[in-house]
Amino acid sequence: MNLSEHTIDSIRAGLLGKQFTATELAVQALAYAQAENPKTNAYLTFSPDRALSTALEVDKKIAAGEDPGALAGVPIAIKDVILTRGVRTTCASRLLERYIPPYDATAVQRIEQAGGVILGKTNCDEFAMGSSNENSAFGPVRNPVALDRVPGGSSGGSAAVVAQGTAVLSLGSDTGGSIRQPASFCGVTGVTPTYGRVSRYGLTAFASSLDHIGPFSRSVRDSATLLRVIAGHDEMDATSAFAPVPDYTAALDGNIRGMKIGLPREYFENLASETGDLILRAVDVLKKLGCETQEIRLPHTPYAIACYYVIATAEASSNLARYDGVRYTSRADARDTLSDMYRVTRGEGFGAECKRRIMLGTYVLSAGYYDAYYLKAQKVRSLIARDYAEAFEQVDAIVGPVSPFPAFKLGEKVDDPVSMYLSDIYTITGDLAGVPCMSVPCGTTADGLPVGLQIFTRHFNETAMFRVADAYQKASN
Amino acid sequence: MKLTKQEVQQVAELASLALSDDEINRMAQDLDNILIHVDKLSELDTSGVEPMAQVLYEAGETATLREDRERAPLGNTAALANAPLAGGGYFKVPKVIERS
Repeated sequence: MNLSEHTIDSIRAGLLGKQFTATELAVQALAYAQAENPKTNAYLTFSPDRALSTALEVDKKIAAGEDPGALAGVPIAIKDVILTRGVRTTCASRLLERYIPPYDATAVQRIEQAGGVILGKTNCDEFAMGSSNENSAFGPVRNPVALDRVPGGSSGGSAAVVAQGTAVLSLGSDTGGSIRQPASFCGVTGVTPTYGRVSRYGLTAFASSLDHIGPFSRSVRDSATLLRVIAGHDEMDATSAFAPVPDYTAALDGNIRGMKIGLPREYFENLASETGDLILRAVDVLKKLGCETQEIRLPHTPYAIACYYVIATAEASSNLARYDGVRYTSRADARDTLSDMYRVTRGEGFGAECKRRIMLGTYVLSAGYYDAYYLKAQKVRSLIARDYAEAFEQVDAIVGPVSPFPAFKLGEKVDDPVSMYLSDIYTITGDLAGVPCMSVPCGTTADGLPVGLQIFTRHFNETAMFRVADAYQKASN
Repeated sequence: MKLTKQEVQQVAELASLALSDDEINRMAQDLDNILIHVDKLSELDTSGVEPMAQVLYEAGETATLREDRERAPLGNTAALANAPLAGGGYFKVPKVIERS
């Protein structure tokens, strides 16, 4: 069954109205997802046993008259960098092809406690490093909207399954734009919550000071519901925040009159005309809804990519050191010395992009370069965070494009890493500052390619972000 | 800025990455291109700016310390389940120290 017409609410209504059971829905959803998957390669692994056992629990609760949970029976896919106990988690890497995690990520646990039915694990760039999903060891994902194009990355599979109707919701991870950019390329909603909002326990670490887990969905409302389920402090992640988690959906009344919206000048210069036109049209919709718009500045934006590729790769080089052939399934057949075993396991196991980032990160941290690169980048990061803090003294939300252009063709940028990195210009600053941000679909180009509107708000004020996105989505439909 | 093959080889040693000759050549070129872009950071005067190592949020110093109580560990079998080579309850690795 194609799930694209389903929402959390429609499934709940169907279950409580006895139109279908969670088990029936899970069986049909799995059958459809498995049949459709060869078109996009969005799923790497299906988890039918897990899906059916959660679905059965939901059915039992409904039969007993108990609350089946906020995500009761909803088919959900999980990016394959997020651990699922007993279900293979590869990080789209040859190194972890056979890795079966011994525990669940906190976000996964919370989803199942809320009745969410996990259908399987989604393809992505290897260890979440990439902007096109072409760095997967198991082949690229194709964009369901245009099969010759990339779905974006690194959470390409998680965006694609929602767009394709092979899941209602999914989880992705975002370090430099890996949720918002694929959401914009595939025409779905994708949310990067405030840093610390969602526990990263069980998220394979890429760059720890930048990594986030966040939701994908069709409607803004569904992302808000999913975020509420997974958000909140977790004693297993010392970086998870204590801030109370509000009922986001209760605030979605469509009324954003009087809200002050900032348009960063740096985000509207050099914008490809079609993307720019669609963003400006979305801004007009916000004005019609009664928002006051004004130009603002985020003056350090031009330094964001340089800053990011120092910090993120430095952290990655240290986080990926653990894949050395000792604990995680793969070991090269080089037994002479321990150090040879490390070197050959890693040399054979990591793909080109991971190697490039490990090398860059090791270089910028190496003796003599630390101050010039890493420390310098951390100072520039302070300036970027300050840009946002100053902007939010004037406005309640900031809007702009997610990506300078819509989905590009498979293979178009694979040989040019710098140009691939530069495409992250509008998403990276949000991660560096740790502010909540999201992509909401705002129309398609003449070729039918989706474009996403990006919305940023203050730390821990996801409510305002969802209010803008939801009001926009309702007004533009 | 031009990275030599030898410098790339040294970084690869630090990173414990076995790279082929082709990979080293390609890497020298890629890292150069990226570092040229990264050098943009030197345009900014950051004197007096504190480095940002973490996104901070309001919480007391001990807020993230969890309650000190016993809990079930993962267990030896589960911890070793993904080991490429295990034995006697340990991860096994190639010989590190030669007997003389």
